[in-house]
Amino acid sequence: MEQDATLEHLLGLRHLTPGQIRNILDHAKRFKAINERKIKKVPTLRGTTVVNFFVEPSTRTRTSFEIAAKRLSADTLSFSASSSSFVKGETLLDTARNIEAMQPEILVLRHKASGAPHMLSRAIDAAIVNAGDGYHEHPTQALLDMFTMEEHKGPISNRDVPLKVAIVGDIAHSRVARSNIHGLTKLGADLHLAGPATMLPTAVESLGVTVHYSVEDALKDADVVMMLRIQKERMGTDLFPNDREYARMFGLDKKRLQLAKPDALVMHPGPINRGIEIQPDIADGPQSVILEQVTNGVAVRMAVLYLVSHRGRPAAPVEVQ
Amino acid sequence: MSQAPFSIETTIADSQKVDAILDRLADEILAAHPKCEGIALVGIYTAGVPLSQRLQQRLEAKTGTSVPMGMIDITLYRDDALDGLPSPVVGETRFDFPVEGTQIILVDDVLYTGRTVRAALDAVVDFGRPKVIKLLVLADRGHREFPIEANFVGVRVETSKRDSVKLSLPEIGNETACLKHFQP
Repeated sequence: MEQDATLEHLLGLRHLTPGQIRNILDHAKRFKAINERKIKKVPTLRGTTVVNFFVEPSTRTRTSFEIAAKRLSADTLSFSASSSSFVKGETLLDTARNIEAMQPEILVLRHKASGAPHMLSRAIDAAIVNAGDGYHEHPTQALLDMFTMEEHKGPISNRDVPLKVAIVGDIAHSRVARSNIHGLTKLGADLHLAGPATMLPTAVESLGVTVHYSVEDALKDADVVMMLRIQKERMGTDLFPNDREYARMFGLDKKRLQLAKPDALVMHPGPINRGIEIQPDIADGPQSVILEQVTNGVAVRMAVLYLVSHRGRPAAPVEVQ
Repeated sequence: MSQAPFSIETTIADSQKVDAILDRLADEILAAHPKCEGIALVGIYTAGVPLSQRLQQRLEAKTGTSVPMGMIDITLYRDDALDGLPSPVVGETRFDFPVEGTQIILVDDVLYTGRTVRAALDAVVDFGRPKVIKLLVLADRGHREFPIEANFVGVRVETSKRDSVKLSLPEIGNETACLKHFQP
């Protein structure tokens, strides 16, 4: 697949071409090598300012972006919801314009409203990177998931038999699932979704995926099993009754995992609810790559920050061996 | 950046002459480092990598010992990294030896402004503290913008800043090995 080395913003995977996704994953390979050195730093983004603007709580993603920016020698600063003027009633746009007045080159945004990054990308000059918006997209998470899959299973595209990926859980409220659906289908993976009927979005088949109401059907012969986090705050609502029933019906345990291919990868975007969507022996087992996902997240975010810092101009493509 | 079309094309060295220059450079390395003790060759992407492989073969044949090799891509270390000047490709950076305490010979095809070498020096020291870093180039075309000189030079070429000096090699997809001087 041809790399397309232009990336003006990263708002989601829905509007990226397969070539742009390929290019980010190929660049991430080079950046991963930097993270394995003794001196984990290159001078590439010296003088570039990256603002991490997290209006919704997040530790993993924010620190991952922060480490990624620092390893590229960018200057970083982080705003969080509680410390910003948000609590004083300022609108998102006003806060963003104030941040912009300090002339950052890149703004990484996490926001509870779907579409917030899109709105900012039209309103301000900085390159916008979506770090998760509402129920919409979480593109860097999906990219690091795809990167981790390729490390173990080889390229997702151009296979004789498409890579079978099962995504299980609360699909309707998951921006991780949505970004993975867009990204993986663009690269030609065979996607199977399963979850409680109350948590499956209607007409999701139109995105080119197969929907199952029993988790067993989705897991059959899967190359990758991706479990989604169940948000406990939804428990007891009409979406699902309690965590024990969820674990019994949809949780990943040893018996269910045996339905997938013997070398299937087990993934989870974290933080995990042990004993609910995934049993501890599976989360810590030999097929689990959950912590590798976290490691790869830094490399993927370095690639994204590097590419958007070119402001739409093409970066040098990566040599593929 | 638009470049005027070149009307004069001079061959500085054909395939045979490139081989002869590399033979001589290998001898010069051996004169400075008998038995190649403690040295390692590091090619700068793209053409520097096959050049250092060619030198490695010669040195290993002459000394009977193995000479370690590495490669660096300087894209992320360029002082114009984000100015949109395209690098050909981002290649792999890899050292098959500990950088600490090694005498490194950087290998590149053409020495011009010295900016590539400046970036390469920064890249190497991020991997450790080498004992010495030397520079070997197939061609030196002058017009330095940094105080950088090569320790081993294949050929010196008189050029103007509007000229271009290019090395083609079969290892990087060209038909034959050839060093050419292009003038407007």
